[in-house]
Amino acid sequence: MEKKYLNEQSLPFCKGCGHNLISESVEKALSNLTLSPLDVILVTDIGCHGIIDKAFKTHTVHGLHGRSVALASGISAGINNPEKKVLVFLGDGGATIGMQHIINASHYNYNMTVVIHNNFLYGMTGGQPSEFTPLGFKTPTLSEGADHKNYDICKIVAAAGANYVRRIIGIGDLSEQFTEAFAVQGFSLIEVVEICPSYALKANPGMKLGKVAEEAGLPAKTYVNETKEPFYTKRNQNKETLIDQIKTLSVKYNSLIKNPIRIMVSGSAGEGVQVAAELFAKAAITSGLNATKKGSYPVTVGVGFSSSEVIISPDTIDYTGFNTPDILIITSQDGLNYAKAALTNMSVDGFIFIDESLMLPETKAKVTQHDFRSKAGSKFASIYALLYYLNFSNIFPKDAYYDVFSDNMRNPKVNIRSLLN
Amino acid sequence: MTDTKPKIGFIDNSRLMIESMVRAGADVFIGYPITPANLLYSYSHKRFPSFFAAPDEITTVQLMSGFAAAGHIPVTATSFPGFALMIESINMAYMMELPMVIVLAQRLGPATGSATSGAQGDIALLSGLISGGLAIPVLSIAQHTDNWTIPAQCVQISVRLRTPVILVTSKEEVMTQYSFDINQLEPITPVKRSYYEHDETFRPYLPNANLVPDFLPLTNTKHQVRYTASTHNMDGILQNSTKEALANTERLHNKIVKNSSDFTFYEYDEQIGAESIVISYGITSLSAKVAVKALRDDGIKVSLLLIKTLFPIPPVYYSIIEKYKKIIIAEENLTGQYRQSLFGYRHSDKIKGVNKMGKMIDPNEIVKAVKSL
Repeated sequence: MEKKYLNEQSLPFCKGCGHNLISESVEKALSNLTLSPLDVILVTDIGCHGIIDKAFKTHTVHGLHGRSVALASGISAGINNPEKKVLVFLGDGGATIGMQHIINASHYNYNMTVVIHNNFLYGMTGGQPSEFTPLGFKTPTLSEGADHKNYDICKIVAAAGANYVRRIIGIGDLSEQFTEAFAVQGFSLIEVVEICPSYALKANPGMKLGKVAEEAGLPAKTYVNETKEPFYTKRNQNKETLIDQIKTLSVKYNSLIKNPIRIMVSGSAGEGVQVAAELFAKAAITSGLNATKKGSYPVTVGVGFSSSEVIISPDTIDYTGFNTPDILIITSQDGLNYAKAALTNMSVDGFIFIDESLMLPETKAKVTQHDFRSKAGSKFASIYALLYYLNFSNIFPKDAYYDVFSDNMRNPKVNIRSLLN
Repeated sequence: MTDTKPKIGFIDNSRLMIESMVRAGADVFIGYPITPANLLYSYSHKRFPSFFAAPDEITTVQLMSGFAAAGHIPVTATSFPGFALMIESINMAYMMELPMVIVLAQRLGPATGSATSGAQGDIALLSGLISGGLAIPVLSIAQHTDNWTIPAQCVQISVRLRTPVILVTSKEEVMTQYSFDINQLEPITPVKRSYYEHDETFRPYLPNANLVPDFLPLTNTKHQVRYTASTHNMDGILQNSTKEALANTERLHNKIVKNSSDFTFYEYDEQIGAESIVISYGITSLSAKVAVKALRDDGIKVSLLLIKTLFPIPPVYYSIIEKYKKIIIAEENLTGQYRQSLFGYRHSDKIKGVNKMGKMIDPNEIVKAVKSL
């Protein structure tokens, strides 16, 4: 009788290999569920089992070693249709290399069935042991037998949240068990325990599959059979555009500066350095200037220095870096340490505004010391210091800075307009 | 641009890049967070129709491939440590001919290096990304508005040529904020997807005249669809280096090269009579622009080539470059990676690299190099 899911090719496996039983039983199980072949997507891994694609009339996807479950997760979430059947074939090698993907897919409860062809060794590369090889089990490359216990993938996957987990011994017709697993909505996994006729039998003469499984602590049983809600891909085509989300700035003020000014604000992480620099740059923009801002900080958020480089200019700014600032604002010891190189390079034309608690650095630039930290608190030290500089320089109106502060700071604990009093 | 009154925002390029790709038709972002690609990740969460937080970067590209095979256009953003994990899977997607865009925001390496320092240090890696040295489109950006136009182009190319596309950027490009007139943004055309529509058996790797096979997603109920990462024939059946299968693999390379004029993007600012040319790309483009202006203000004649299509190297670059006696290539890495891609490793008195690690190249360094050659 013509098969519905397998084509006329003979199966590409060794005589006596359990992989043959799996393919034939899958044919029957899919047929029991009356699925159309083109509603089935078979995803295979690397290993002997993976050469089965060509024998199937379903859609087939043949990917990388160990990644089939991750690839199938994407297919399942991408198709997002529980009427489709995503089937994954992988071996114990693929399950070893890609165990995280199996755990992850189980955890998400993606709609798919994973069939692990567990024959306790790597068949395609010469019979090396996998993490599924039972203690004492011999392979052609391991004549003394494996020296550690095998994984129990069913227990791991059950713990991760799958809807259905079952181990079966790969003897005889497996279609009834497959039918049950394939019918599950959400993530289901079947581990089929097999013997590799080419490598395992030669290395372990007289072995009986049932006995090996029993001694390895791999009983045939159902571990989980639940009906938790399967994964569903959320999709929202109507999100507000990132351009519409931009708060545009209108030019309300005027600045008379003719050349770019390069300002470096250097303080401690967690003390609002980046926010202060951003407010200052925005205030410059509302005064008709161009502005750029880039930050420097260590990787850990909230510890060590935080520094920001702002350029404001009446002209377009292409290059956003600078070697030496024209204006250097230092609001903490971390900031002083970080700015050491900058302040030694500054010339007599430069200005430094530094908190009065800090040691006066050696520099040619003009230095102003002031208490920036205590008046409004350390979190506002940089905001205050930039206001202080603005008041000193008049490069653009203070009102521009006040406006931006009010527009951007929700529930500020300080009254910015009173800081200079 | 009908609205003449400027609409100024204080923005970063990550915002433009993500919006651009969504408008071009990308519909799912899958990623694992990494500095300095964090803004790309968070904007994607706000903007993409679907968003997936993957457990790692290998899973990221596998999920992307699954989505692409189901008919979606996925995007991710990462930096070298994550990108390194993706490479085998990118090769898989390349072999399967799946559209997707991978944004690589460079930072200082090797290994974890300095997450918050910029760099242009992954160019050599990208030049040989696909095993066998096969061509894959790698695009970069030369000026702010490119962050709007080039990402959309990446989506277009990935669909038209059925290939992953790498968009390479860097920390200072994706994290620096700057004042920008939103009215400068040109409309973006969404990508048109076409599917195989005939009654005859679908052959998933049978190429059309452009060497690109027709596409069908795994949701198709009329034809069998096969995606295969191993060497395969035109039916997608795994083959151990048969003539047909090898020809198919060769086609993957030829497909990109043959169509490369469709995605050759650069800016050539020629100064008549100049004997020197400054070449740059990415973050260093901005510095190169300033340097060339300063040199011209100084009365020195110099041309400028800003490269956006890094790989495969478009032949037109050589036609431009051969007009010059002196070539200066500025890039933020120690060894001059793109210079080596263009000209090999052999020393030449004609060619000078301006190279630096850990900090942006200052325009003055380029000016000095031009004057000294």
